[in-house]
Amino acid sequence: MTLVRIPDDALAVACGADRVARRFEELGATVERVSSWGMHWLEPLVEIDGIGFGPVGVADVEGVLAGGSDLSVGRIEDHPFIASQTRLTFARAGKTRPLSLQDYAATGGWKGLERARAMTAEAITAEVTASGLRGRGGAGFPAGIKWETVRTANGVRKYIVCNADEGDSGTFADRMLMEGDPFVLIEGMAIAGLAVGAAKGFVYIRSEYPHAVRKMEAAVRLAAPLVAPFEIEVRVGAGAYVCGEETSLLNSLEGKRGEVRAKPPLPAHEGLFGCPTVINNVLTLAAIPYILAEGAQAYADYGMGRSRGTMPVQLAGNIRFGGLYETAFGATLGELIGIGGGSASGRPVKAVQVGGPLGAYFPPSLFDTPFDYEAFTARDGLIGHGGVVVFDDSVDMAAQARFAFEFCAAESCGKCTPCRIGAVRGRETIERVIAGDPDGLALVADLCETMKFGSLCALGAFTPYPVMSAITHFPADFVVEERV
Amino acid sequence: MELDEIVARHIGREGPLLPILHDVQAAAGFVSEEAIRDIAQALNLSRAEVSGVVSFYHDFRRTPDPRPAIRLCRAEACQARGSEALAAHAERVAGERVRVGTVYCLGLCTVGPNAMVGDELHARLDEGAVSALIGAM
Ligand SMILES: Cc1cc2nc3c(=O)[nH]c(=O)nc-3n(C[C@H](O)[C@H](O)[C@H](O)COP(=O)(O)O)c2cc1C
Ligand code: FES
Repeated sequence: MTLVRIPDDALAVACGADRVARRFEELGATVERVSSWGMHWLEPLVEIDGIGFGPVGVADVEGVLAGGSDLSVGRIEDHPFIASQTRLTFARAGKTRPLSLQDYAATGGWKGLERARAMTAEAITAEVTASGLRGRGGAGFPAGIKWETVRTANGVRKYIVCNADEGDSGTFADRMLMEGDPFVLIEGMAIAGLAVGAAKGFVYIRSEYPHAVRKMEAAVRLAAPLVAPFEIEVRVGAGAYVCGEETSLLNSLEGKRGEVRAKPPLPAHEGLFGCPTVINNVLTLAAIPYILAEGAQAYADYGMGRSRGTMPVQLAGNIRFGGLYETAFGATLGELIGIGGGSASGRPVKAVQVGGPLGAYFPPSLFDTPFDYEAFTARDGLIGHGGVVVFDDSVDMAAQARFAFEFCAAESCGKCTPCRIGAVRGRETIERVIAGDPDGLALVADLCETMKFGSLCALGAFTPYPVMSAITHFPADFVVEERV
Repeated sequence: MELDEIVARHIGREGPLLPILHDVQAAAGFVSEEAIRDIAQALNLSRAEVSGVVSFYHDFRRTPDPRPAIRLCRAEACQARGSEALAAHAERVAGERVRVGTVYCLGLCTVGPNAMVGDELHARLDEGAVSALIGAM
């Protein structure tokens, strides 16, 4: 009987994978539901004996089984999109059944935790520090230093909080990780628990990810005996972008309004319920098992400058070959867009927004920027969570600048004035510019300065990035005559 | 599910308010004034506190809306793939009968425009697919 492997993650399912799987079963095949390889343009991507077929619709199933399908993409592992990646965090993508403890253990799972159990807490944090791992949620803060702060903090209770709020448009790596390889996140959290002396962890998942919530809940139940006495609880957000900000997230977990807290105190000192807390992004924690299993140096060998290891880059938006592309830091933006095959529409690429709604828009003249925290900062941009959103030449950058303010206004927690009021004024002012007021742009620049330096968190402080980059790099879009 | 059951199920957890509100919203379609009063009492909070939490989060409604609902992603990656024109089309097709809401990113940013109906996700939408989705609601 033919064994057919079909992903069961939210994206594959949204593209019809469940219906395709049922059709294969009707025709007598055995179906195994696995994680996604991350080649989204091919989803549902069906694998038979290592050979991929995609995108497969219900009507294609018979042809695929008969062996004469022109949807074949050859051996998936040899596909240039896969073969050119360095997959450390996503090593199992496409290869294992997400909720199979057997598959997980057979592919090196729990090795990092085993090694950590034989180490002192101090040695674990030292290993993480030596790996050079920086937070993948956006700010790029060294994970080992954060852990060491929590380890040495006084507190009877301590917590590990996994930030799975993944609100940035153009990002889906956290979702893919939780839906495709949930045990690696659990292992990473358990190691963090050992490192800082925490017995309890929370995974805070946005409510827009119901599939990830169900997968993580199931995985947590299955893995409970393996990570005990460490305990994990899954919590669901309630539709607030700002709850991805760490202190807002902690308030939300406590059952409060998701308002940002003033820092200090840092969550490492006074976090969840006032206790010392490690809060890390999904990808940060999921990188840990590799680092513990293979050693800090193995991880640090990849990358450039102070950006060590790999980044699961997410190629999204108007891109031909969109998906998950994990690679060592240092690849240029242009290389990444090239791998993505340019725009899906076939029109010229005009702009790329990197780092989510708070990230800058880059024009093609900046595509030589290497994926590296410092290199992006030097060009008034940010890597953020690694989302790369491609726009073709039909995009109107004044509309994008307007949207950046609109988004900030809609999602502001309301605690600080520059963000709450600034975003609303900003949107109104851009609208005046669009309507032909030539003085508006100077006002926008002023407003951006105020937001940048006066906001309590990066929601207000970074909204100027998309706005000012649009104005700086695409001035023609803000000149009324040229727009009509 | 009854409110007491929902409260009883979560009250032993650390920070039980959001899990309670999620269940109330799922069961009733909104969080009523009476629910706010009862939850406040059970958790030893003021009504203003609970009310403040309910109003903070986009997921919680304070008034019922019995219409079926579809949420279209209107975030940047979907904008780059044509979500804005599609949203206008959805509004036209939906009229008053179906509620067309907005969601900012569903994590399917390579296969947009996308939408969510309940917990179900729909990708690679065009006008025909949206009309069919709304028509079937
Ligand atoms: C408005 C806003 C939204 C954020 N959203 C997220 C998010 O969705 N996921 C995330 O991991 N970090 C997010 N962050 C960053 C967190 O505040 C924090 O830096 C991160 O959780 C720390 O983990 P890391 O060091 O592993 O990156 C956000 C920050 C801001 C200001
Ligand atoms: S932007 Fe629409 S799914 Fe991410």
